[in-house]
Amino acid sequence: MTAILGMLAAGRLVRLAPVDLAIVVFYFALVLGIGFYLKRFARTGEDFFLAGREMTAWVAGLAFVSANLGSLELLGWAGSAYQYGILAAHWYWIGAIPAMIFLGLVMMPFYYICKTHSVPGYLQLRYGKATSGLSAVTFAIMTILMSGVNMYAMAVVMKVVLGWDLNFSIFVSSITVAIYVAAGGLFSAIFNEVLQFFLIWFGALLIPILGLIETGGWHGMVARIQHNFPGQDFTHMWGNLGHFKDNPMGMHWTGIVFGLAMVQSMGYWTTDFLVVQRVLSAKDIRSAKLAPVIGSFFKMAVPLIVILPGLLGLAVLPMHLVPNNEVQAGQFGYNEVLPLMLARYCGPGLLGLGITALVAGFMAGMAGNVSAFATVWTYDLYRPFIRKSAPDQHYVSMGRWCTLIGVFISIGTAYAAKHFASIMDYVQALFGFFIAPLFGTVLLGMMWKRVSKAAGFWGLLAGTVSSVTLFLLMQGKFPFLNPESRGRWIGLFALSPHAQGLAQDMYQSLWSCVTCVVVTVLVTMVTEPRPDSELHGLVYSLTEKAKEEHTSVLHRAAFWGVVSLLVLAFLQIIFW
Amino acid sequence: MSEKHHITPVWFFVGVLFLVYGVLILGSGLAEWPHPPNTVLSELHAPVWWGALLIILGGVYCTIFRPGRKEN
Repeated sequence: MTAILGMLAAGRLVRLAPVDLAIVVFYFALVLGIGFYLKRFARTGEDFFLAGREMTAWVAGLAFVSANLGSLELLGWAGSAYQYGILAAHWYWIGAIPAMIFLGLVMMPFYYICKTHSVPGYLQLRYGKATSGLSAVTFAIMTILMSGVNMYAMAVVMKVVLGWDLNFSIFVSSITVAIYVAAGGLFSAIFNEVLQFFLIWFGALLIPILGLIETGGWHGMVARIQHNFPGQDFTHMWGNLGHFKDNPMGMHWTGIVFGLAMVQSMGYWTTDFLVVQRVLSAKDIRSAKLAPVIGSFFKMAVPLIVILPGLLGLAVLPMHLVPNNEVQAGQFGYNEVLPLMLARYCGPGLLGLGITALVAGFMAGMAGNVSAFATVWTYDLYRPFIRKSAPDQHYVSMGRWCTLIGVFISIGTAYAAKHFASIMDYVQALFGFFIAPLFGTVLLGMMWKRVSKAAGFWGLLAGTVSSVTLFLLMQGKFPFLNPESRGRWIGLFALSPHAQGLAQDMYQSLWSCVTCVVVTVLVTMVTEPRPDSELHGLVYSLTEKAKEEHTSVLHRAAFWGVVSLLVLAFLQIIFW
Repeated sequence: MSEKHHITPVWFFVGVLFLVYGVLILGSGLAEWPHPPNTVLSELHAPVWWGALLIILGGVYCTIFRPGRKEN
């Protein structure tokens, strides 16, 4: 640790040896090479924006999980595990697995059968242009902001960990992403997400392995945590959720079950265009159903490389980490727990692998957002509203140019985040404003044929407005209201004034989704529904279900979905 | 993975990555064997066995998913 403090005084956490640099450079060369190789295959719109709809269930499933497994997520959730303990694993288990299974078994048949290219595309077919336009504009803004935030976050991490210049990190990463995504489209993005997935696993897996060896196993780790932090419970998932005060997160179990599992995770995993696009690239309906189910098994294993390092940090690090916005000289923030653990166990070679895994995660996050932006702009805004009938090649060119422009805008966002650090918090909040209401709109549209076009639009708008309102009230930023009143609003909407940030997010999602559903139902009651003839393939009751008599049980998505849920239940019991 | 375009499977590229990294990390681990770095549990020589694992996996992936192999 003395060496680490010395490096920090010199402006870096670790020093890369020549072998580490070789590992990083080879990664950049490989992804660029793959991009140029795939360019020849990305000729049509379907190739460029949907990878030709040729991905196998395994590739689509890995890309599906990997699109969500960016480095911002890795660093952030390892930091959350250090801050809140194993409760953070809820976001990988009950806050993901049921939603992924639901997407695969219930919603993918609609998305796939209607041949849509995106979630806004489904909304256009179901509710018309107004609703899809609202959704597309918000998606486009969110994805490009997230790309910039990823870029800036990576540059900051590289500066803190390696001492690299911010501008160097931003430009090298953005140019690389721009080249390989503009060249190969979604093919490139997916190939690199699969590479990233393996890199992250093999780069980070040594931390929990060596950490558990050092602590003498799980029980040894728990004993050390209890010694270092007496009186605090970091290692129970459900046993301390009976009251807000009993756990480090200030969370009640209703927030986890209703806010996280039933609304926020459902909203994200079933309607977020970035992840759904990966499944839409599957080669057939069976692969499209199976991909999220395959992904669910890998998602369940991710706490091993994200949550466990955070817990091990509580056990073995000689210093206590502090909240990220309270770091003083000589201190480390929660989000630095993963690089600190990397530096603790990994020497030359392994360090390069770990750093490359982080870089790969950031770049894949940028690439995913940029490719999603290009698709949403081209197919959901440009084609329906600006130029309706153009040759397919025109839209492919638009996609390539849009990729370059998207990266350029992301660089601008990255520099904006540099000057206004709170932008990063607001971008995360912005994301949350739209996802929960969107889930309500999509689910009602798929399950209830009575929902009218107007109801879809007004429900989505009402849910979004309510989400923004709740956020401003609980943050004490609502215009003309005393900021001191935020405690009262938190107590009202999050059921306790002790509810922390993540808990507030859960209840914000829950209430905004409820608002969306209520308004949608009310408007439906006073408006005309669409005729059944226009809704075939878009609504459950009017869609022919694919039969699987000739498919063995072991090849059915439903079977593996049930297995996944059983494993999930088993994990909840073990870590109760 | 791709019938229409005959694209080299992504698993081949995963294998290339593992193979190259495995050689680099194993080589580095052997070079530092007499004088391990100042990290916790360095006496376990993790780069050696982790690098070897990557080489084995990389070799398997590159062999099974090599370009031009006949798909069943």
